[in-house]
Amino acid sequence: MKFTTPVLDYAILSPILIVLAGALIGVMIEAFLSKTRRPIVQLILTLGTLLIALVQVFRIRNTTSLSAAMGSVIFDGPAFLLQMTILIISIISIFLIADNENFTALAAALPGSIEEQEATCKGNQVTEVYPLTLFAVAGMLLFPIASDLITLFVALEMLSLPLYLMAGLSRRRRLMSQEAALKYFLLGAFSSAFFLFGAAYLYGYSGLISFAGIRESIVGGTGNDVFLLIGIAFLSVGLLFKVGAVPFHAWSPDVYQGAPTAVTAFMAAATKVAAFGAMLRIYYTVFANAQWSWSPLLSVIAIITMLFGSFVAIAQRDVKRMLAYSSIAHAGFLITGVIALNKAGLSASIFYLFAYGIATVGAFAIVTLVRDSAGEVSDLNRWAGLGKRSPWVATIFAFFLLAFAGIPLTSGFIGKFSIFSAAYESGAKSVVIAGVLSSAIAAFFYIRVIVLMFFTDSHEDATTVVIPSVLTRITVIVSFVITVALGVYPAPLIDFINKFAIFIR
Amino acid sequence: MTLSLTLLMALPLFGAAVLSALPKTNALLAKQVALGTTLVSAAVTIGIAVQFQRDNIDLQFVESHQWIPSFGINYAVGLDGISLVLILMTAVLAPIVVLAGWNESQSGRWSTKTFYILILVLEMMAIGVFAATDVFLFYVFFEAMLVPVYFLIGGYGTGKRSAAAVKFLLYSLFGGLLMLASIIALYVLSGEQGGHTFDTQALSHLHMSSMTQNLLFLGFFIAFAIKAPLWPFHTWLPDAADAATPGTSVLLLGVLDKVGTFGMIRYCLTLFPNATKTFTPTIIVLAVISIIYGAFLAIGQKDIKRLIAFTSISHFGFITLGIFAMTSQGHSGATLYMFNHGFSTAALFLVAGWMSSRRGSSTIADFGGLQRVTPVMAWSFFFAGMSSLALPGLSSFVSEFLVLVGTFTRYPVAAVIATFGIVLAALYILIPVQRALHGPTTPGNENLSDLTLREKIAITPVIAIILFLGFYPSPLLKVINPAATHVISQLGFSDPAPTQLGGK
Repeated sequence: MKFTTPVLDYAILSPILIVLAGALIGVMIEAFLSKTRRPIVQLILTLGTLLIALVQVFRIRNTTSLSAAMGSVIFDGPAFLLQMTILIISIISIFLIADNENFTALAAALPGSIEEQEATCKGNQVTEVYPLTLFAVAGMLLFPIASDLITLFVALEMLSLPLYLMAGLSRRRRLMSQEAALKYFLLGAFSSAFFLFGAAYLYGYSGLISFAGIRESIVGGTGNDVFLLIGIAFLSVGLLFKVGAVPFHAWSPDVYQGAPTAVTAFMAAATKVAAFGAMLRIYYTVFANAQWSWSPLLSVIAIITMLFGSFVAIAQRDVKRMLAYSSIAHAGFLITGVIALNKAGLSASIFYLFAYGIATVGAFAIVTLVRDSAGEVSDLNRWAGLGKRSPWVATIFAFFLLAFAGIPLTSGFIGKFSIFSAAYESGAKSVVIAGVLSSAIAAFFYIRVIVLMFFTDSHEDATTVVIPSVLTRITVIVSFVITVALGVYPAPLIDFINKFAIFIR
Repeated sequence: MTLSLTLLMALPLFGAAVLSALPKTNALLAKQVALGTTLVSAAVTIGIAVQFQRDNIDLQFVESHQWIPSFGINYAVGLDGISLVLILMTAVLAPIVVLAGWNESQSGRWSTKTFYILILVLEMMAIGVFAATDVFLFYVFFEAMLVPVYFLIGGYGTGKRSAAAVKFLLYSLFGGLLMLASIIALYVLSGEQGGHTFDTQALSHLHMSSMTQNLLFLGFFIAFAIKAPLWPFHTWLPDAADAATPGTSVLLLGVLDKVGTFGMIRYCLTLFPNATKTFTPTIIVLAVISIIYGAFLAIGQKDIKRLIAFTSISHFGFITLGIFAMTSQGHSGATLYMFNHGFSTAALFLVAGWMSSRRGSSTIADFGGLQRVTPVMAWSFFFAGMSSLALPGLSSFVSEFLVLVGTFTRYPVAAVIATFGIVLAALYILIPVQRALHGPTTPGNENLSDLTLREKIAITPVIAIILFLGFYPSPLLKVINPAATHVISQLGFSDPAPTQLGGK
């Protein structure tokens, strides 16, 4: 038997390898360093790792390769943009995660057990969340650059498994947090099965697992179309689950609510980028020639997702659940960009992912600040009068909400405009009209929160806004500044994205 | 220093920035800075108006810079006669509002400083929305403007202020998003026909099927009809006017709602000439309904602020009628009407605001015999009322007359019905005048104080402008007429020749 030595293109894989190395060192630190020094060392290590990875991604921006790592990884302009986005979002959210106030001291202990109390009292805070974050980031970096079905699946699991764990790390209301983690895990495992099932059918259709091979079979049109359709359908289910599109959204409100808010921020923003990145690559390159078979269905899903997310968000009484449904609606807007299937759609989607991700991290960062004696308060009724007590926090949160609503002079407006115009250009007029209508509906619940904060007098059991720590403050300010800047003068970023947003195949 | 529209927009913004750096405790200083800024802006605007060449139908004071080049979006501004008149109105009303509402920020949820920051930002956006010649830029101002107004109503108003603010915002956003869909379609069409652009001039040459044109027209028109507001899209206005402070109401009805009627001329007519022709009969009917409906409901109002809001619905009916009559008199009249309505509504709202803040109630029945107690205030209200019912010799008469003449030559029936609006106007003005100003002094009103010097200074320019333009409207008409004629001729309409009825 002849054995071929695998040829690896280390330059292209380097960002992922750097992040993985950082994660492994993190695990070592967890084992060997004293508890007092752990948090700060972990933070510096994680931040440093992400920054080095970011620099490395930037350095290889002009590299393109169809066959890095024996054809299982592809690197091109969109890959560069998506990896940058994921890393920037991770860096901003790591400051939020570093505020260890939010995490349980000992995740392995039963909720309410003596061990847990002991760990909390003695300050035996474990810091496993850092390496977990890095592992998830590595998976996210791999997901949009995978170029065969196996790598895609491995990346999917690699980003999901740490997230399942992270969702269960909440310091307060641990049972709810663990319930969220379990739900996320079970439904995630379920969707992974769908994904694998679809992958198997695509293999059956083309006899190959590489994206290039499957695309050629579709172009050639010689295979069994039933296999192709089943393959596309089930693979889509797996991907749509990750982005939280209706009807595969059921996990997201519970997980968003139960997970520690810092994790929710990271998950909501970065996972969306990774998952949509992979979706864009698959639909734009692999399935592009079978557009007739998925485009109508995806249009229906986009319309349902936008309308459902917007309508159900109106009824929410919890800020994290509301943001979860809002993120479902935004997933609908983003699917619009996938349907567009043109260059404008790709650029617009990447811009939207960046703008939305940043605003999401910022909004959740604000949520971590609103507390009472028992911790974070996500009950919207108790947010009443926040504008009076802490005008700055309320104003910035209102600004993020306006960005989600797509009011001009925020990044959200530019994103919405570009993604809708791309979809309209490709002829998906009904989706655009549904998108515009659901924007109007969505505006209602964003504004309701603004009314609560500014125009409603506070109750007796009012919440207080804690003075943000330096770390959280960095997250809030950076995301706020980016959201404003992209709303007022987005031209440089749009030009930058346009320069790189071409898939190679 | 050369005068430019950018400078004009930068001024209020600069004032707002200065305000935000001031300490929260010094309310007086905030007011003075706001007044100073608005006065300088007004002076610059007058300077621009003086330099404006009246006979030149091209856009003037044009500036264009790339903003988002990959979408073909420019920061492009320019003036024609119509936008000049509206910017002039905005800039002149702003200091009057600041001065007249000197103390109206006191009952707000936030500081005086925030109130004036919002006012100044609003002024900047209002100037921008009239000056924009790029549809995208126009849309940005059109939507962003809602935010300061929303906080002005919800934060500083009275009564059910937050509900009114939300209603206002949702109505406007809904309209705005319909317009956004149309704008996206225009953008895509322009891309298919030679390159993405948002330039109003270039977009007016697009080829569209009549179906497309009709749909896009509706997207724009509904947004403007909500803004203007035209029956049946008007229901947000009385609540907003009721809840807002008098100064905010002046800006809302006097300035912002004009964006609706201005948009009809600048965008609906210019971009979609064929659809305009298709929908004109329907819109004429809606306008006439607005005139009569607004007037009838105004007669029935017990609250003075709501009454003024309904008179405005009637007046916006006249403006829309003038625009869609498609005659140059109608158009000139409509534009002049926009200007005059700004001032007569300002007079009504400001005086009504002073009356109700002194009395602590805005119910008409609570007043009575004011003429004896507070003669200056009573006469000011009377004068404002006369201006609103378009008494000959006051500015509104000229514009109302022009609108009716312009309409009659093409739609005689509509003009005749609309004329009843004038009769009803006499009722809705004279009834409150009689109840509030004349008759025996209602108990509780004996000790009301008359206008202060500050209030007199604020109302004087309004009265002076109404009187002056009533006798001598030609300075404005000379600016408006070329632009109005230009719009009409671009649409391919010519004024119908007057026919002599029953002649020999």
